[in-house]
Amino acid sequence: MNTQSDPRLLVIPQRLAGVKHIVPVMSSKGGVGKTLLSTLLALAGADKKLKVGLLDLDFTNPSTHIVLGIDPASIQPVEEKGVIPPIIHGIKYMTLAIYTGENPTPLRGSAINDAFLEILAITRWGELDYLFIDTPPGLSDPQLNLLTYLPSRIEPLVVATPSPLAIRSVEKLLKVLIEGNYKITGLVENMSNNSKLLKIAEKYNVKYLGSIPYYNNIDGLIGNLEALRSSQFYGKIIHILKGIIRA
Amino acid sequence: MVHEWALAEAIAEYIEQQAKGRPVKKLVISLGVLQSIDREILDFALKNILDERNVRIGSIEYVDEEVVLRCKRCGYEWKPSMNEVDESIREAIHFVPEAVYSYFKCPRCGSRDFEIESGRGISIKEMVFDEHPK
Repeated sequence: MNTQSDPRLLVIPQRLAGVKHIVPVMSSKGGVGKTLLSTLLALAGADKKLKVGLLDLDFTNPSTHIVLGIDPASIQPVEEKGVIPPIIHGIKYMTLAIYTGENPTPLRGSAINDAFLEILAITRWGELDYLFIDTPPGLSDPQLNLLTYLPSRIEPLVVATPSPLAIRSVEKLLKVLIEGNYKITGLVENMSNNSKLLKIAEKYNVKYLGSIPYYNNIDGLIGNLEALRSSQFYGKIIHILKGIIRA
Repeated sequence: MVHEWALAEAIAEYIEQQAKGRPVKKLVISLGVLQSIDREILDFALKNILDERNVRIGSIEYVDEEVVLRCKRCGYEWKPSMNEVDESIREAIHFVPEAVYSYFKCPRCGSRDFEIESGRGISIKEMVFDEHPK
């Protein structure tokens, strides 16, 4: 189907009409903590009694379900003129892993685009305060789909570490977002004991939402929500969420 | 009502935009066999939605499109029979056809890097408008 005349594109705005803020958590560099950040922001929002959703856009390597400690293959979404996302720990949740389980899912760009349009066209999110989106690293089809098809709806949250590799990368992403006139929610500095990225936030006139230290025990808490909730990491997430809400 | 309704809404939206108030004399919809779309449900949903939107429609014809997959690694082309696929896998592919890459491999070389040459999902094959409605 020709993307320009793809009927699925026409219903996607309707599917997202009840969502107040669509916040893709983005970073061109991998390993900076996007999955943990997006999933725990959704969890913190749900704990605060906000209406939140979480969409895992990392189709070839979905892993938000690992943070949530669930088996995606056991989820049965309700069908009602589309797919109603299941509610997991208070979060309306959608991931391709519901359909692919733990099988490897290598996808070329065209297949990523089709999966994107299909999932967004059939998922009925209903009313949400925030829809957090975990995105894969890179600046390619998955990210461009968001930037091109939902330009006035998305409010990207950029995450980076203070590594020189991540800093160069985040600057490129910020340039793309600023050139495209996107509403940027802010910048989060992860795995950092200082505020090195504050300068980057100031340079690009982006809200600096805070710095999260490197916690070497965090991997051991993944999948255990009670342990995650009582961690220092989660305290930082709550602080960042408050900054997002104020923004 | 199953998720065919969501796809019918997308098609109805497209038809309405293209029709610009003209009645649709004939509509041909191609159904890629990979997605195992329930034709009756889709037809019911589509007619209902178009009726609600006052889009007049003559005939709707559905044409099955055979699944043809082609391996990008070794070039092998094959036509899987969806009837022989396990029900739970068919269900997953029904919702998001790209789930096929989780379950299918090239029968010759084992690669998952294949292309869906035809038969993925729903598409509008032909749309004829009545330019001079009575």
